Amino acid sequence: MDISTKTATAPPPPPATTEKKRATSGATRPGDRIFLGLSRGSGIVLLVIMAAIAAFLTYRAALALSDNTGNFLTTFEWDATAVPPKFGIAVLAFGTVVSSIIALVIAVPVAVGIALFISHYAPRKLASPIAYVIDLLAAVPSIVYGLWGAIVVAPNLTGLYSWLDTTLGWTGVFEYQGGAPRSLMTVGILLAIMILPIITNVSREVFLQAPKMHEEAALALGATRWEVIRMSVLPFGRSGIISASMLGLGRALGETIAVATVLSPNFLIGASLLDPGGGTFAQNIASKFNEASEYGRDALIASGLVLFLITLLVNGAARMIIARRKEYSGANA
Amino acid sequence: MSTTTPTAPAARAATPDTLRAARLPRWANPLLALGSVAAAVGIGLGAGLHSRVQWGLIAALLFVVGAYVLASVVEGKRQAKDRFATSMVWVTFLLAVIPLASLIWETVERGSKVFSPYFLSHSMGVVADKDPGGGINHAIVGTLQQVALASLIAVPIGLLTAIYLVEYGRGKLAKAVTFFVDVMTGIPSIVAGLFVLSFWILILGFDFSGWAGAMALSILMMPVVVRSTEEMLKLVPNELREASLALGVPKWRTILKVVLPTAIGGITTGVMLAVARIAGETAPVLLLVWVNPFINNNPFEGAQGSLPLYIYQQYAAGSEASYDRAWAAALTLIGFIMILNLAARGIARWKAPKSGR
Repeated sequence: MDISTKTATAPPPPPATTEKKRATSGATRPGDRIFLGLSRGSGIVLLVIMAAIAAFLTYRAALALSDNTGNFLTTFEWDATAVPPKFGIAVLAFGTVVSSIIALVIAVPVAVGIALFISHYAPRKLASPIAYVIDLLAAVPSIVYGLWGAIVVAPNLTGLYSWLDTTLGWTGVFEYQGGAPRSLMTVGILLAIMILPIITNVSREVFLQAPKMHEEAALALGATRWEVIRMSVLPFGRSGIISASMLGLGRALGETIAVATVLSPNFLIGASLLDPGGGTFAQNIASKFNEASEYGRDALIASGLVLFLITLLVNGAARMIIARRKEYSGANA
Repeated sequence: MSTTTPTAPAARAATPDTLRAARLPRWANPLLALGSVAAAVGIGLGAGLHSRVQWGLIAALLFVVGAYVLASVVEGKRQAKDRFATSMVWVTFLLAVIPLASLIWETVERGSKVFSPYFLSHSMGVVADKDPGGGINHAIVGTLQQVALASLIAVPIGLLTAIYLVEYGRGKLAKAVTFFVDVMTGIPSIVAGLFVLSFWILILGFDFSGWAGAMALSILMMPVVVRSTEEMLKLVPNELREASLALGVPKWRTILKVVLPTAIGGITTGVMLAVARIAGETAPVLLLVWVNPFINNNPFEGAQGSLPLYIYQQYAAGSEASYDRAWAAALTLIGFIMILNLAARGIARWKAPKSGR
């Protein structure tokens, strides 16, 4: 959306005042009423879809949960097709959270760096091609990331993992027993690459909005470029970085096919991040779906409902932070 | 001036110029970069490290440390920190380019092995997954139909919602719609798939079909269309609307004849980017379309193929021939999406609303 950023710097027409002026006129003609009805109707359709998603998933999930003999939250198994079905999301929740956190830890510093590079470091002529390259990363479909991750990236990580094992293996977290590294760590690295563009784009927008006056004031006092960024750009953009990370987190939590392609899952929580095993909500749905009975599908829907609620919370919180920042930020006035 | 010139050099020689701090010369950075790359190659060869990635890491490390030390000796601590930050920012950028370059390179190299007109025009109907041969025609047909159907649902709803938000939207409903559009952008694709699965297939009892997949894809597409259209409509100058309304044109005709045509370039771009986004979605298709190795031209009945799903399934088949096909299909999919992207950006540049005066 480089158009919007370019034109946003020009003084935008104040919409609020003219809205009021227009509201007093028209709206009595039949054409107007029909058109208003149609457009308001589509807005309502969107809300209805959101409500329907929640309602239908809850309904089917309730069907599955009523027959579950295990504890949905703490059982370490997924035997939804067995005759007394027994399944729980403990392993999935652990895997989802761990892989997403790994992705965030890797992606946020890199993304903030790239955003700064585009907004403050790159030569002006290079800035928009670079932003385009980052957008290309976002355009690559997740299945291609999965294919690339499984066939190209994973075999190349064995060296790094053995090194981590010899230096940090004593912690238990970085233990690695060899073999194909289709582990939560590999998934995390892949997810980091996939969520890089969204974090970069949102933080870049915020960095570009940092008040020019503050930057120039700092420069005039003799600050170096890094000091300008640390004193005026980063404090201004902190909430933007936080919400960008949460949007990235939302993506990472729900990523399906790339994880299903790379991870070799099992239903255990292992201390080691480097050894294969574990699972995520979305990956479990994709890999278990083909062999699931109708009841098994309902069980998968139950786990999908949990995923839906988590992403809803994360995204909602991120959007609220962005919206609140917009209200008090002087740069948008 | 002429009177001061004889004394100036003498004064400068006597006391160092205190107003200007010492700076590293311009050629210091390239020289240091060259030096660290050379040193890294030396170390790599000497220690017998095979991976070029390790060489690159050593070079980057040498450069960052070298720049810091050099600057702190010559220019002082604050400048050194600044240089350190600058080189770190450059390193992060390079870190992001490496995966993209590797991904595109591998896809093109491995994908071109079986990519041919034959591959594009044949299906997998009579070819076992472990055998060579076959193609992706059924998957292309499926993907195109599913994406077209999804766009047919999502584009009108998305456009009208955006019009509502920009032209009419005030009050609680508009706020709620804005918020939920944002939240909807973040819905995992698998959840959209599960939703259609639960109500269309499990409750209403329909069969797997391209249409079911298209419905899930349209849920993913709507918020993207709304967001981009909204941005574009906001860019249309209010003077245009006012001029039209002042001439007595009804509001709905103003929107259709003045506002939309002005923003049409940006809207088209947004729609194309949204199409590009959903064309690569696998998860909902996996749940709703099933797999069909034969060409099925009817999206409303029976399982269909789909490009992303084809890649997933060929990868899972796990033979040499199926890997080749997966890469070739990935190349086709990436090519399709990149062309859409480039075209979208071309239109955006060509039809950009002129905001200058």
